[in-house]
Amino acid sequence: MGIFESNAPKGPLAEKWTNHKNEIDLVNPANKRNIDVIVVGTGLAGGSAAATLAELGYNVKTFCYQDSPRRAHSIAAQGGINAAKNYQGDGDSIYRLFYDTIKGGDYRSRESNVYRLAEVSGNIIDQCVAQGVPFAREYGGLLDNRSFGGVLVSRTFYAKGQTGQQLLLGAYSAMNRQINRGKIKSYNRHEMLDIVKVDGKARGIIARNLVTGELERHSAHAVVVASGGYGNVFFLSTNAMGSNVTASWKIHKKGAYFANPCFTQIHPTCIPVSGDHQSKLTLMSESLRNDGRIWVPKKKEDAIAIREGKKKPTELSEEERDYYLERRYPAFGNLVPRDVASRAAKERCDAGYGVNKTGEAVYLDFSSAIMRYGKEAATTKKISNPSDAKIKELGKEVVESKYGNLFQMYEKIVDQNPYETPMMIYPAVHYTMGGVWVDYNLQTTIPGCYAIGEANFSDHGANRLGASALMQGLADGYFVLPYTIGNYLADDIRTGAIPTDSPEFDAAETEVRDRLEKLVNNNGTKSVDHFHKLLGKIMWNKVGMARNAQGLKEAISEIKELREEFWKDVRVPGTTKEMNAELEKAGRVADFLELGELFAKDALHREESCGGHFREEYQTEEGEALRDDENFMYVAAWEYTGNPADAVLHKEDLDYENIQVKTRSYK
Amino acid sequence: MAKSALLKSSLAKKYWMAFTGLFLGLFLVGHLFGNLQLLIPVSEGARDQFNEYALFMTTNPAVKVLSYLTYLSIIFHAIDGVLLTIHNRKARPQGYVNFKPSTNSMWSSRNMGILGTIILAFIVVHMTMFWGEMKFGGLDDTVYTTANGEEVKDLYTLTIKTFQDAQYGLLWAIAYAFAMLAIGFHLSHGFSSGFQSLGVNHPKYNGFIKKLGMAFAVLVPLAFAVIPFYIHFVLEKI
Amino acid sequence: MNLTLKIWRQKNADTKGKMVTYQVSDISTDMSFLEMMDVLNEQLINKGDEPIAFDHDCREGICGSCNLQINGEPHGPDRGITTCQLHMRKFKDGDTIVIEPFRAKAFPVIKDLVVDRSAFDRIQQAGGYISVNTSGNTQDANSIPVEKENADMSFYAATCIGCGACVAACKNASAMLFTSAKVSQYALLPQGEVEADRRVLQMVEQMDKEGFGNCTNTGACEIECPKGISLENIARMNREYLKASVK
Repeated sequence: MGIFESNAPKGPLAEKWTNHKNEIDLVNPANKRNIDVIVVGTGLAGGSAAATLAELGYNVKTFCYQDSPRRAHSIAAQGGINAAKNYQGDGDSIYRLFYDTIKGGDYRSRESNVYRLAEVSGNIIDQCVAQGVPFAREYGGLLDNRSFGGVLVSRTFYAKGQTGQQLLLGAYSAMNRQINRGKIKSYNRHEMLDIVKVDGKARGIIARNLVTGELERHSAHAVVVASGGYGNVFFLSTNAMGSNVTASWKIHKKGAYFANPCFTQIHPTCIPVSGDHQSKLTLMSESLRNDGRIWVPKKKEDAIAIREGKKKPTELSEEERDYYLERRYPAFGNLVPRDVASRAAKERCDAGYGVNKTGEAVYLDFSSAIMRYGKEAATTKKISNPSDAKIKELGKEVVESKYGNLFQMYEKIVDQNPYETPMMIYPAVHYTMGGVWVDYNLQTTIPGCYAIGEANFSDHGANRLGASALMQGLADGYFVLPYTIGNYLADDIRTGAIPTDSPEFDAAETEVRDRLEKLVNNNGTKSVDHFHKLLGKIMWNKVGMARNAQGLKEAISEIKELREEFWKDVRVPGTTKEMNAELEKAGRVADFLELGELFAKDALHREESCGGHFREEYQTEEGEALRDDENFMYVAAWEYTGNPADAVLHKEDLDYENIQVKTRSYK
Repeated sequence: MAKSALLKSSLAKKYWMAFTGLFLGLFLVGHLFGNLQLLIPVSEGARDQFNEYALFMTTNPAVKVLSYLTYLSIIFHAIDGVLLTIHNRKARPQGYVNFKPSTNSMWSSRNMGILGTIILAFIVVHMTMFWGEMKFGGLDDTVYTTANGEEVKDLYTLTIKTFQDAQYGLLWAIAYAFAMLAIGFHLSHGFSSGFQSLGVNHPKYNGFIKKLGMAFAVLVPLAFAVIPFYIHFVLEKI
Repeated sequence: MNLTLKIWRQKNADTKGKMVTYQVSDISTDMSFLEMMDVLNEQLINKGDEPIAFDHDCREGICGSCNLQINGEPHGPDRGITTCQLHMRKFKDGDTIVIEPFRAKAFPVIKDLVVDRSAFDRIQQAGGYISVNTSGNTQDANSIPVEKENADMSFYAATCIGCGACVAACKNASAMLFTSAKVSQYALLPQGEVEADRRVLQMVEQMDKEGFGNCTNTGACEIECPKGISLENIARMNREYLKASVK
């Protein structure tokens, strides 16, 4: 089944994409009118793909579970978007962006895809500016850049702390233009519940209208899945409440391989969990690590006293603090990549040095930055012999101008003033590098079914660099998929409209209906959230930031048990024929309960530590990740065979022809 | 499209509202200058001056054009206001059980319709009492002979007597002041709102417009309202 | 904390709704408002009742999904935040909280507290975009400098999350702040100027068609807007529209 072949074009790296574009088949404009494409998900990848496909002339149908395409979770991305524009003249280039991405991904991504990503990155900025995305600018009227963790150049374009929002609204506006032209039909409050295959090809989907509960059949010549990542398998994550794996998982079960599910990014700077009631985690932009210093108390007694509220962090002297990142990684200090920073925080908290009630938080302290900026400001303002209070006041002003909105957000949530007392942070699940396996054309192993954006596995390897998710989503949607899909659709110009009354559609709809009915008629005793929270606990404790063989084996059996329990005892009130949020959640959690097991299985099989995947058995004496390039330099693509436990592993070997594979070091 | 846009769209209705409103504001200033002549002591020929002025206002062709514009503005402003209110009511057929607009907006800004209705009622009474008398009233008890020897209504005496009336004078003054209060509140929102509706809004000048509007809303109605009390309490009796 | 909640329940768009009173106990002050709603729903599910439907997604104040009228104000008593960012420490033990859907003819109720805000989408579709195709050879991003002040103002207008609080707060259920924010974003950029006239005329026409009320400049929208979108945008739209109509 399926075509498991990367299809990376031959030839020199820098010419692959151009040559490929020149060689692939095109569909003539008159024929495009007769071809339908379904896009599931309307975030950066789905929204941009839908708009571009419609501009080209295809008939596009978009589906999103939210009430408007504008609400996709891409909107929450804060920091920025990378592009190798070299506007700052600091030596950036396509090659450097390519190299940084491969290295940052710990050498587990495909060279040809990543190079293409770097190559089109500049076009994205041009396109977005032309669309009216209000990026930050300098006084000269030109675009501003900032730098981001793990790289040595300033290549990040941004719009304050709301870059994702602005880019998404850009894609949404491009969609709106096509909706107005009648080229996109947008189905909001609709959820894809299965893919329909005819003669082995993706030919449509079954979707549920979330307002009326009706099941609908939609046919097309190709189906694009752009439904984002699966971080919510952990229950608590920075994902939106509705973010789910369902679309990806449904195509997986129908033949699309799922790649590297265990590669998950845990973001180091999130607001810690405050109690069992917590429904979601809030990210604080990584940019805070530019000025904040991370520490825990040196002595356990102090940590305990702080946890019990008997001591305040500000009472601890410099000598009593352990700036553990600066201690362990003198070269990069607080700016080590995300995976390294997250693991180091967990290590300290596990050792008993955590600083909030739950013992799962470390400090991010701005007092040094406030004093440093204060002194600078005093000098600029020509204040001689300023008092400490004056310096502090000036410093606070500077910090406020840089991070004011983040500090305010923190204060609203935690009810503490971060100008006066250090912030508390803890790592949280943020992004999933793994996803549906795709070839160079972004096609899955189901012909005619494509996966783009976070939903696919392609570009970030085992760890993603900051400000690269937006870049990948838009690269896939604006500049890659619209070309590569033509190659497939060129064979479909005589097919004509796909009927929805075929036996394949009947079967798919019946399957979906039966499952929904089963959920509402289950008469169990426990809510969906009950199971989701339990799944999250297993995932976080045993398949989280640090994993070991025993824990993973336990996780696999526990998840399986939980899944069986779920189907026996879940209670879904209401009916299938109405708006029913619990039913929606139940379907999603049922899929997470399957994915979770594959996730753990993948983590168990990968006997090395790389990027976001850290196996305790595979570390150096200093506790650093120990990669095994000899045995694991491949993409693990899993084929579904009826049970997550029985998934069959397919390996796509990664060949690095243009890059020398090295050990990542941030010391 | 552009043509119908200026007549039918919701924004067009607001332009007309703002335009007529601001014009009426200007009219108020003119009216006030006329009225201030009532403060002139009787002994200094106030009667002659005021009646000559009144005559000029009713006969000069240029002033006539302006006054017709004013009537039109009032009518248009009122009708437009009614239309907008009806439309606005329809925009929320089911109201809130609990609605706390006082936390986010000024009372006057939300009650321009009520204030406007009070003002309209005042205008009707006001017109019948003074302007109507002037125009259509018979030449019964108070007659003024102009410089040309023409006999016209003695508006000055009529006005002064109304407010100096021992029985009702003070009541009239209070009623008048109440109407001025309504105008004041109406203006406290209407002045700056008119500029906003016409798109005149700039961070640099907003503060000034707001302050000017407030000053206008306080000073102009106050000056109007002072006159009847002055007539009642201070001016020598005629 | 123990609280009394009065919540609007409505089975679907075609049935009549009513206020229903619920009690919740042991609410932590650290909870967000929606987490408190989660507690209530869990309670209802365990009793075999239907949970209360409400829109929510990102729970960090940016997606614009959540939209509750809490104690007479959109997104509740706090300022500059969405419902999901409202925390229970803003309330006191024993409080009664009234929770209603956003009310406007253009936002019909779908179920309980969920309303249909697709009118906003249609306003955007009428012209809230710049007509540029995706080609890969659009001119370089730095070829047109944009005055920083304009770029910043355009950004602030563009931070609108489309939650509808402006409509909910307005005594006339007017969508002027929402529409003008989009008009302004583009009007302030050279890229958007070319289509400025067409855009403002079409967007206002659509806004009127949707059945929103008129702007009375009360300023309630600006105060209740979680993103603090300025009234200046409304004035700018008034200007743009005037300019476009007389042309």
